[in-house]
Amino acid sequence: MIIYGVAFLALCTLAGLFIGELLGKLLGVPANVGGVGIAMLLLIFVGGYLHKRGLMGDKSEQGVEFWSAIYIPIVVAMAAQQNVLGALSGGPMAILAGVAAVVLGFAMVPVLDRLGQKKPAAAADKSLNPAQR
Amino acid sequence: MYESMMKVISGYGLISGFAVIGVTMWLSYWLSDKLTRGRLHGSAIAIFLGLVLSYVGGVMTGGQKGLVDIPLLSGIGLLGGAMLRDFAIVATAFGVNIEELKRAGVSGVVSLFFGIGTSFVAGVGVAMAFGYTDAVSLTTIGAGAVTYIVGPVTGAAIGASSEVMALSIAAGLVKAILVMVATPFVAPMIGLNNPRTAVIFGGLMGTSSGVAGGLAATDPKLVPYGCLTAAFYTALGCLLGPSLLFFMMRGLVG
Repeated sequence: MIIYGVAFLALCTLAGLFIGELLGKLLGVPANVGGVGIAMLLLIFVGGYLHKRGLMGDKSEQGVEFWSAIYIPIVVAMAAQQNVLGALSGGPMAILAGVAAVVLGFAMVPVLDRLGQKKPAAAADKSLNPAQR
Repeated sequence: MYESMMKVISGYGLISGFAVIGVTMWLSYWLSDKLTRGRLHGSAIAIFLGLVLSYVGGVMTGGQKGLVDIPLLSGIGLLGGAMLRDFAIVATAFGVNIEELKRAGVSGVVSLFFGIGTSFVAGVGVAMAFGYTDAVSLTTIGAGAVTYIVGPVTGAAIGASSEVMALSIAAGLVKAILVMVATPFVAPMIGLNNPRTAVIFGGLMGTSSGVAGGLAATDPKLVPYGCLTAAFYTALGCLLGPSLLFFMMRGLVG
């Protein structure tokens, strides 16, 4: 049944957000600490397990897939309620600070991508050495 | 007749939201096909249209929630609000390849710290160029460049003035909006076309709404990878902003 998938998604989301709230309390952070991320990991791992065991029927999966497909329209609705006026009326300093942060961030993507790829190669070299001895 | 129509549209807000956004999507994909021959993705146009409309809404009502402040269109607020947005973002994780995620995992964590660091430095640098010299204002504006949530959280914790807080929120908003609009254009240049770079991108940019919109307009398959790291960014920023980053700034400028 489709509702099983929707309910599974809802339980993962609630559990993740709950853990995020608890982590926030523990760390003293006035924010939900990665609740959405934790919920995604729960969905990936528990969902994968259920799928492998054949406990998740096609219909149930459609309940999750629907929300995944409705995601882009929801993002458009989210864009329509951003405070664009507020962002632009913050003056040149706010705009420049935002732009600088974005430009630096974009520039760092290829840098970090390369950094990460070198590391495993270096680790492989190190592990070769003792084996050669 | 007019009154009855208004009653239905505003009384069934979420349903009106689906209708309005559905029509917007159709128009955007039509424009994408006719004007750009599909080169500019329909969802990128839709997100851009959404932002333009929210500017119009802001000018018309003077409110802070863009189009949603127009009573007739308040249903869009339900559809794009935090609850359904997070629910749908979690749902995108259903198609995630666990192997890809494991391979990108460590770079994702590294990118989180790098992302908060670079955004903070960029914000502080601009604030300095505009003549701010005290550690509290510099940290708050730098934190605003991290995200528009980290800025006021940090500012409130270290006692920034409301003027500086407003600036830091504005900086964060500019960042979120720019990430939404610019990502599909920049993506080919920075190799943002696979799960690995998407994980890094999410960690570097962090602004959940920006990453969600930017990746949706670039390639919906990348959304879960980017959003997964972005989900941890704001919290880490809130943790580092009023503590480590503030102490560092106080050490630097006294």
